[in-house]
Amino acid sequence: MSESNKVLKEIMAGSPMRIAISVLLGFAIGSIFMAAFSDSVVASYATFFSTPGDTFRAAGQTIVDGYTALFNGSIVNLQADNPVSMFRPITETLRLAAPLIMAGLGVSLGFRVGLFNVGGTGQMVMGLLGATWVSTRMSMPYGIHMVVALLVAVIFAAGTGALVGFLKAKTGAHEVIVTIMLNYVAINLFTFFLRQPNLLLEHGGGGNPKSDPPALTAQFPHLLGDSFQLNLGIILAIGAAFVYWWLMERSTIGYRFRMVGHNASAAKAAGISVPKTYVWAMAVSAAFIGLAAANQGLGENSGLTASIHANIGFDAITVALLGGSRAGGVVVAGLLFGAFKAGSPAMQIMGVSPEVLGIIQALIVLFVAAPPLIRAIFKLPKAEVK
Amino acid sequence: MKLELRGITKKFGSLVANDHIDLVVMPGEIRSLLGENGAGKSTLMNVLYGLYQADAGEILLDDKVQTFKGPGDAMAAGIGMVHQHFMLIPVFTVAENVVLGNEPVNGIGALDLETARARVKEISDRFGFNVDPDALVEDLPVGVQQRVEIIKALSRDAKVLVLDEPTAVLTPQETDELMQIMRELAKAGTSIVFITHKLREVQAVADKITVIRQGKVVGEASPKESASKLATLMVGREVDLKVDKKSMKTGSVVLSVENISVLDEREQRAVDGVSFEVRAGEILAIAGVQGNGQTELAEVLLGLRTSIKGSGSISLDGKVLGHVSVRHHLEAGIAYIPEDRNKDGLVSEFSIAENFMLDGSYGKPYAKGININFAERDRISKKLIQEFDVRTQSAATPAGKLSGGNQQKVVVARELSRGVKLLIASQPTRGVDVGSIEFIHERIVAERDAGRAVILISTELDEVLALADRIAVMYRGKIVGIVDAATSREQLGKMMAGIAA
Repeated sequence: MSESNKVLKEIMAGSPMRIAISVLLGFAIGSIFMAAFSDSVVASYATFFSTPGDTFRAAGQTIVDGYTALFNGSIVNLQADNPVSMFRPITETLRLAAPLIMAGLGVSLGFRVGLFNVGGTGQMVMGLLGATWVSTRMSMPYGIHMVVALLVAVIFAAGTGALVGFLKAKTGAHEVIVTIMLNYVAINLFTFFLRQPNLLLEHGGGGNPKSDPPALTAQFPHLLGDSFQLNLGIILAIGAAFVYWWLMERSTIGYRFRMVGHNASAAKAAGISVPKTYVWAMAVSAAFIGLAAANQGLGENSGLTASIHANIGFDAITVALLGGSRAGGVVVAGLLFGAFKAGSPAMQIMGVSPEVLGIIQALIVLFVAAPPLIRAIFKLPKAEVK
Repeated sequence: MKLELRGITKKFGSLVANDHIDLVVMPGEIRSLLGENGAGKSTLMNVLYGLYQADAGEILLDDKVQTFKGPGDAMAAGIGMVHQHFMLIPVFTVAENVVLGNEPVNGIGALDLETARARVKEISDRFGFNVDPDALVEDLPVGVQQRVEIIKALSRDAKVLVLDEPTAVLTPQETDELMQIMRELAKAGTSIVFITHKLREVQAVADKITVIRQGKVVGEASPKESASKLATLMVGREVDLKVDKKSMKTGSVVLSVENISVLDEREQRAVDGVSFEVRAGEILAIAGVQGNGQTELAEVLLGLRTSIKGSGSISLDGKVLGHVSVRHHLEAGIAYIPEDRNKDGLVSEFSIAENFMLDGSYGKPYAKGININFAERDRISKKLIQEFDVRTQSAATPAGKLSGGNQQKVVVARELSRGVKLLIASQPTRGVDVGSIEFIHERIVAERDAGRAVILISTELDEVLALADRIAVMYRGKIVGIVDAATSREQLGKMMAGIAA
């Protein structure tokens, strides 16, 4: 094997480099979508053969403008005239990243036990149902109310996850099928609750399925005063990442989770109950997702509709894949996709459709999840040597 | 047909599996490829069969250079292969299996089973195979299934027949029959490549022996050479084929199995009314051809399977082990070396240290509450790696990167360090190099000398005879008899075929 091959092989074996390539590639392809159909570029097509430089200049300008808007919208707004609007973007990124990180940790935990938890949505919605009940139908003192609502969200979500694990362990039903079906059940159940005046429908509300706003005592406190929306969620997310790291890397529980994930039959021979592990792992996975539910349900000060889950359950899969199911990776991936969410309106103002960011997000994950594809594009050797 | 391999080289990354191998097999010759597991025999044959492309070198048939893009090309050129694991469809008849992939059709494109049947019959009669073309493969004994594989190869006009470890699944008698068949085929002009690591068989049937070690041909030998000479050639140093064993000092009964029956996945009685006892300080070997219930017996002893309710009992130190969890069995004092370490014994993605604590994650010394005690684990790992001579850079190396012998030493180290009453060692040296075999054998005997009860489940008669104090022979889920270790090979062979002593 040649020396250069060896270097490349090592680069590819180390995933940070591969992920960096994937991210850059995602942005590069996103640029094409951004530029190719923008007004100024399309206008220059007419004169493409006489002055092709115009087209490239226009395209370059569009791309620079677009990504500048993304930066201004998600990190620091350099055009702002006061510190609040200058730094609001980064706080928005953190706020929007928080639920992605928490749910991403949940999906990651499933991955490491060999479970594909695509039921984030259902587990979140069940968590929301519980949290909304506590936050709109019960009254408790400040502080306690929020903690109880948070715990109920986690417990409801974890219970839903445990049910999936139980069905898998007892009947052999595949978790992907069960979780997808439970997504429908949960969303419809939540909407049903939101429609019934005796259940969760807002007081004096009409026919629209919508709840009361969560009680002030149950809302997540803002961290930086009321000029910023950033709330407790990001602290919970960082805390969750620490707990996840400790659980998976340092504790015997996570060790057994990983053992079952890698080789269930060796785990069985080592005296570990694989069915019980599935139930527990699904419960803990969903518990992290329940934190994201609490973030959605208690981070608002207006009434909730069923769409409050904001597809975070699915986005969490991309976060987990990009983050390599590691605590640190999930935090970084959550921040990246949180920044996308935060920057999307600013890009839209620049005439870039927000779907471009969705495409970039999907492409990044596609490239990360398909190492052979990346290898083929760059003609890189196989990392695994047998 | 004359087969010639010239300078075959095959690399996997930095590993050179075959290093300029030359081999000539004349028509009608039986050539043994002798070498340890991992020496590169199977890789070489997979190159020959078109499953791998060689990095260098060429294959010649009757002095003409061949290029095989896949097994289809190799078959068309006249090469037939009988794999260690049969490629047969159990619910098809012999005739259907033989023509699979090469089906004769009649005028309207329908399968012409008559022709298929006739083809099987013709080959079977010519070489005295005695195979019924209409029998379902799943109903046939393993030895006969192997003949079906051979018929399959011959029906495609194979002039060169490769047999990859063909005797692993056979009784000694079936092995003798296979050798007879090999001689018949050779007489009819077929060139045979016989891959094995069993010296006795090589001596019995080969015309010439090519010894491969670490991907290289290290020499040719005549079958008349002594076994120890051949072993030395194969391993590259002097080998002690004998295991030193003191006379046994047995103690009280540790394990008592009474009338146990177990169902397998197909609801068949894999273990059928088995009873035996094992005392402290003795090795009870359970001999038998693979697939006669030994696997299921081992698994029921560990609690991985449950016996049929009410069928009997298993007791350890006088206490009945009921239908309880594997963990309960392990904690009651049973150590288990599984027959398939990659499936049941190791997590190949885990580091060596993590593999040491596989069944020790619930308490001391590896756990402190629900935290892993990393310092203690590192200390123990270092000690075990040294004590059991695991060849590795560090305890952080993933187990999957180790050689078979070193992987097995990790399993053995973990199980023997637990300080148990009963050791169940199932095929403890399968796929392990000779050096590691010697080491593992010594450790098993040391366990016995330290007063533990040992059950050795092995399909290798040599291993059974080297280690056992008493030998129980299993056949179709029953114990045919429990005999003294001094019993003759012939007698044991008969018992392995189901004939009681």
